Amino acid sequence: MGIFDYLLKKGKPNTAAVAKERLQIIVAHERRKRTEPDYLPMMQQEILEVIRKYVQIADDQVSVQLEDSDDCSVLELNITLPE
Amino acid sequence: MAKIIVVTSGKGGVGKTTSSAAIATGLALQGHKTVVVDFDVGLRNLDLIMGCERRVVYDFVNVINKEATLNQALIKDKRTDGLFILPASQTRDKDALTMEGVQTVLDDLSKDFEFIICDSPAGIEQGAQMALYFADEAIVVTNPEVSSVRDSDRILGILQSKSMRAEQGKNVKEHLLLTRYNPDRVATAEMLSVADVEEILAVPLVGVIPESEAVLKASNQGAPVILDQESNAGQAYTDAVRRLLGETVEYRFIEAQKKGFFKRLLGGK
Repeated sequence: MGIFDYLLKKGKPNTAAVAKERLQIIVAHERRKRTEPDYLPMMQQEILEVIRKYVQIADDQVSVQLEDSDDCSVLELNITLPE
Repeated sequence: MAKIIVVTSGKGGVGKTTSSAAIATGLALQGHKTVVVDFDVGLRNLDLIMGCERRVVYDFVNVINKEATLNQALIKDKRTDGLFILPASQTRDKDALTMEGVQTVLDDLSKDFEFIICDSPAGIEQGAQMALYFADEAIVVTNPEVSSVRDSDRILGILQSKSMRAEQGKNVKEHLLLTRYNPDRVATAEMLSVADVEEILAVPLVGVIPESEAVLKASNQGAPVILDQESNAGQAYTDAVRRLLGETVEYRFIEAQKKGFFKRLLGGK
């Protein structure tokens, strides 16, 4: 990189770091999806219907996640109720 | 019993065929009888890279359909002793490779060869799955670039769930081969580093091939780039082959070149 480039590129962003961060997020997300059992989306839909009998919520206000640790699996259910 | 190694990537154009040709040649040069099999049915190209395109008479699909024997279809490499090529068919029938057919051919090859290198087609569909199904080991070819890294992760997922070894509850031994690496751009934070890609994919590294003009020159001439031992890429492939065989070899060509004062001042390459 020459002196001219140096003068021109003050404050140039570190694009490799951006790439790494984006990849880490998407790869972790896709790995989780790959290993989750296939009944999970259906279960999420039914849970949503049950809640809607009582409270009106949007689709994205329920999240279901299965976390695998060494000797047990944890099913994490997150419901955001409207104000 | 031969060791079956698939060269795969998910994404196209990252260097699967270049790497298959180089690694197969390198293994043969080290004295191991090797065959390299083109699984890219319909888009045969390994023959061109190996420089034997005018000697193809019968192909993989002919052997599966019993229209030719394996010995009729195998092409003996003219440059390297102990190296053979099984070309893919140019048929447009995507389902020409059957699981039973592929298994029979690989079993027969296993009797004669120490290594079977399977050059996978791009994608994650039937052809790519067929290429990796019987593999004992996998070389995942990756460029330091977002779409290539993501696709490599997908193909790793398929290796861990849909290969024969996975179905038997065993592991396919995975190797990361980083290609088209440009240390100068890594130094200026414009390109993912070796460490970045290793960290994201969590697969042991087997080689880093620098971006090199020698690769195009080699394919122009139909001579695997590993034969060009004056080039960085050729030497880096030799190192990768030695690591594949279990040696510990120090990494070369992964640090940016130091430039002279005037070159730095003027920005010359």
